[in-house]
Amino acid sequence: MSTPDTEKTLSVRDLRVRYGEREILHGISFDVPRGETLVILGGSGSGKSTLLRTLVGLQPATSGEVWIRGQDIAKLSEEDLDETRKKIGLSFQGGALFGSMTVGENVCLPLREHTQLEESTIQIIMRLKLEQVGLAGFENYMPSQLSGGMKKRAAVARAMAMDPEILFFDEPSAGLDPIIAAGIDNLILKLKKAFRMTIIVVTHELASAFLIADSMLLINKGDIVAHGSREEMEKSTHPRVRQFLDRVPEPEVAEEMDYLQMLTGEAPPRAL
Amino acid sequence: MAFFDSIGRNAIGGLAYVGGLARLSGRAAYYTLIGPFRGKALRWSRAFHQAMAVGVEALPILSTITFFVGLILALQGAYELRKFGALQYVAGGVAVSMTRELGPLMTAIVVIGRSGSAFAAEIGTMKVTEEIDALTTMALNPIQFLVTPKFLAMIVMLPCLTTWADFMGVMGGAVFGVTGASFTFGGYVQATLDALLKRDIITGLIKAVMFGAVITAVGCYEGFETGGGAEEVGRSTTSAVVMSIFMVIIVDLIFTSLFYLLGR
Repeated sequence: MSTPDTEKTLSVRDLRVRYGEREILHGISFDVPRGETLVILGGSGSGKSTLLRTLVGLQPATSGEVWIRGQDIAKLSEEDLDETRKKIGLSFQGGALFGSMTVGENVCLPLREHTQLEESTIQIIMRLKLEQVGLAGFENYMPSQLSGGMKKRAAVARAMAMDPEILFFDEPSAGLDPIIAAGIDNLILKLKKAFRMTIIVVTHELASAFLIADSMLLINKGDIVAHGSREEMEKSTHPRVRQFLDRVPEPEVAEEMDYLQMLTGEAPPRAL
Repeated sequence: MAFFDSIGRNAIGGLAYVGGLARLSGRAAYYTLIGPFRGKALRWSRAFHQAMAVGVEALPILSTITFFVGLILALQGAYELRKFGALQYVAGGVAVSMTRELGPLMTAIVVIGRSGSAFAAEIGTMKVTEEIDALTTMALNPIQFLVTPKFLAMIVMLPCLTTWADFMGVMGGAVFGVTGASFTFGGYVQATLDALLKRDIITGLIKAVMFGAVITAVGCYEGFETGGGAEEVGRSTTSAVVMSIFMVIIVDLIFTSLFYLLGR
């Protein structure tokens, strides 16, 4: 495993993100070697979406570092950050296809804007990318004419248009039926095998996570609870990991006085 | 204390709003005027599409409205001028009020209703569906990509539309001139041309350019400020219309005072 292609593509060092008074991420550190698929797991409100937004430079970090391809993105100028962005692709939860353009134009957009390629070449790349996600022949459809699963596939095709080194997925199977979701998982596995891409997936779908992950990261309330390979996670005895994997609900508020305080909105009476 | 507190809060909020508009306009102006010399290409085809939507497609409604406004001005003017037997001044009155004030203002109102609201809805929807974030992650600056073509289209089309509005207003006035004030059509046009000075038209067009910039800034700013959810897009659209009208009136007041003080 000490071949050059295990060098770190993405490194996060003591990352903290704060919205106003609230700190969402409390110092997160991890590395992703090249060609590996990392699944970031976490419940709602765990900070996993904020983490993803910070990794792709949509949300500035309050402190700490995010290294992509050997560069600290916080220290890059807007132009250099854009150069880095051309090397990463992000597939959004809802697809985020541009509604005013056809599926084909969506995929062509980054190529037209960032490359000097001939229009005929761009068309060929576009058809190739659509074919890879199983949407051959759909280039003239408007995004509104596609189903949820097709939109996500089209979004993946667009994210791959510039042949990114790192591909990010935000909740790839959210809102899809199990069959379509399995199709998306297969697509991710295919991309991983065929292109040896570094893939980072944010999800809370356990079945999908265990299918596609090389390593997993569980975050809870802004902290990393566990980080390890698929097998390590399965065998983990960490209570939070077990709770998440075994789908145990949060215990209900037990203290009578706390409950009373919650109902009345007042401070509990001191002991008499 | 609560009273002063709320005055202070509102004043700070208002200043922050104007600051946000200024920052957005500044960046849009940078990408329109300076960017092309630094290798950031202007999106001519997108600007052209915007110009069609903002300008050409507004012509039927703008023509109708300004034609009637010209007619109304003539009727209202005649009501007063009749007392002095000075109906021949109707032509000049209509011409000067249209070119200096109502041409640019009515154009701005029509454009706010058609395009200012559409800008807010378009950008607001893109914000809600993460399309703005998608642009950013694809290394496409949303201001350069979305605002600059609109900005360019508006500052070019508003003066064009205003010129047309001035003309239609004069035509509206001519209807009254010919039917109610014993002008011949040729005589009315001649009286209009005699009354108009070049600076009447130019001050109106300067206002039109400023209105175009303000409407674009407010519409796009409201769009970018949209929070999550579809109902927020509706709120942004409404507030884009209300704030644009307000800001246009303020800018109108400033420029009219300025022209008055400069004797223009």
